[in-house]
Amino acid sequence: MIDVVDCPLPATFQDAGRPGYRHLGVPLSGALDPEWLAIANALVGNPPHTVALEMRLLGPRLRVRESITIALAGEFSARIKDASGQSRPAANWRSHTLAAGDLLQIGGLRSGIGYLAVHGGFDLPLVLGSRSTYARAGLGGIEGRALRTGDKVKVGAPQGLPSVAGATGIPAHLPQAPAVPSAPLRVIPGPQRDCFTDDAWQQFLGAEFTVSREADRMGLRLDGPRLAHTRGADIVSDGVTPGAIQVPGDGRPIVLLADCQTVGGYPKIATVIGADLPRLGHALPGQVLRFAAVTMAEALEARREAASALAATIAAIGAPGPALDLDALYSANLIDGVIDAN
Amino acid sequence: MNPHLLDLGDGALTLEFGDRIDADLNARVIAARDALAAMHLDGISDLVPTWRSLTVHFDPLRLDRAALSARLLDAAQAAAQKSELATRWRIPVCFGGEAGPDLAQVAQATGRSEADVVDAVCASDLRVFLIGFLPGFPYLGELPAWLHLPRRATPRTAVPANSLAIAGAQAAIYPWQSPGGWHLLGQTPVRLFDVDNAARPALLAPGDSVRFRAVDQDEFQHLANAIATGKCGRGDWLEP
Repeated sequence: MIDVVDCPLPATFQDAGRPGYRHLGVPLSGALDPEWLAIANALVGNPPHTVALEMRLLGPRLRVRESITIALAGEFSARIKDASGQSRPAANWRSHTLAAGDLLQIGGLRSGIGYLAVHGGFDLPLVLGSRSTYARAGLGGIEGRALRTGDKVKVGAPQGLPSVAGATGIPAHLPQAPAVPSAPLRVIPGPQRDCFTDDAWQQFLGAEFTVSREADRMGLRLDGPRLAHTRGADIVSDGVTPGAIQVPGDGRPIVLLADCQTVGGYPKIATVIGADLPRLGHALPGQVLRFAAVTMAEALEARREAASALAATIAAIGAPGPALDLDALYSANLIDGVIDAN
Repeated sequence: MNPHLLDLGDGALTLEFGDRIDADLNARVIAARDALAAMHLDGISDLVPTWRSLTVHFDPLRLDRAALSARLLDAAQAAAQKSELATRWRIPVCFGGEAGPDLAQVAQATGRSEADVVDAVCASDLRVFLIGFLPGFPYLGELPAWLHLPRRATPRTAVPANSLAIAGAQAAIYPWQSPGGWHLLGQTPVRLFDVDNAARPALLAPGDSVRFRAVDQDEFQHLANAIATGKCGRGDWLEP
């Protein structure tokens, strides 16, 4: 059992989402960055799509009632405080075994989003095949809503391979943190490309767009040049998907993300390719985005490359050498200046 | 317009039949959905019929795009089913008052009485064109022309769950509380989406037909209690 001591910003449980229900208006949902979800899970010995906690900007403080193994995927500045009040940093991209009573202070997040995985996953009900939170319809997660202060979350029984850390006490770690590329997002021309002038298409590919404050798991509204339609901005609604870029009447594009609706009534100028969707999920307000058109063949090749790169990243997870075992060093009190008397 | 394919990124294809709201087009979409589903292609995650198109979400590393395209164009030739085969529903609705705060305004805007509006909505044999916007949210059409009104100038931030609403030629029921700009005529006690019914969580399906039946507050409350205690189930909303 984990007690949520405080949760200052919304955080949601996410897995691979709810494929198979979009014809009923149920969004796909699921992790914004499924690759980092898979890495976080691999670090604690879980199958790749096990439910984890997805956080943005700031993570909660959690107290564990029994010993568990956790891992953080993302650029956090987390600390672990034990029952005697001693505190040590919880490095990212590696597993940590917490003792009963330990406080995990996840803190600020420098990457757009990040994940907390626990060995065995979180014990949450399956709703339409997924534990992902979709708060607009109260599906998944804890009672269909974001995590909040005072929640109690059960840890599930391990289902996958025994965790390296769980089985042996040796932490698992990723030798190198994955990079979030800043190259332009690759797109395929959208189903309603012909609803836009050629000038608008060239502007779309040539200009810089800034993520506005209207940014959540449903989508990102972008500021930049207004994209002109050839004949109005309303179409009879048709299917949309995460990565689709809708342009309403005001000419400001909206990039759809995991929680997007299943159908939409605005023309779609382009669609971000599957291989680049995970990094879209990290975009924060103020960030600059650019787009580049690729062919369908290039998009498929990028998907294959992304899949093999992820497999290689997960295969590289191993036990660090003794000199890198920071937990052991810190807990043995060998390094000055890391003891937090509070 | 001949059925044709549109790229929705590298993981989805849209088979487009037309660009209008039209029951015949919608019937062809649903027939193509049925034909494609019967092919049992590996790698498809979702088949989403809309007013006038069918979107297929798939894994392009498992299912070859060119092969899927060919099968989709085959499926597009499937003959539309007769509408008599669809499920016909009769849904109780309590009109006006707190349940339907826009009924008086709709009557005023159309120059008819409230009773005329209720009668016209209940007399309409409405087709479920698609389920979208929110889980279980049905887009129903078409209403008689004199009832077509533009959306409210200022959308409500919270439309109560189970509200029956109209806009343009369409009617809908909100299964969840949500923002919305349609005109609220009443509320139904019927649950449109039930996550515990994993085999069929949404009550309505595209191609079904819906008629509304006006009930008073007492009957509404009686039905709501019967639903809450499990004495009323989905079979009770079938057209007798």
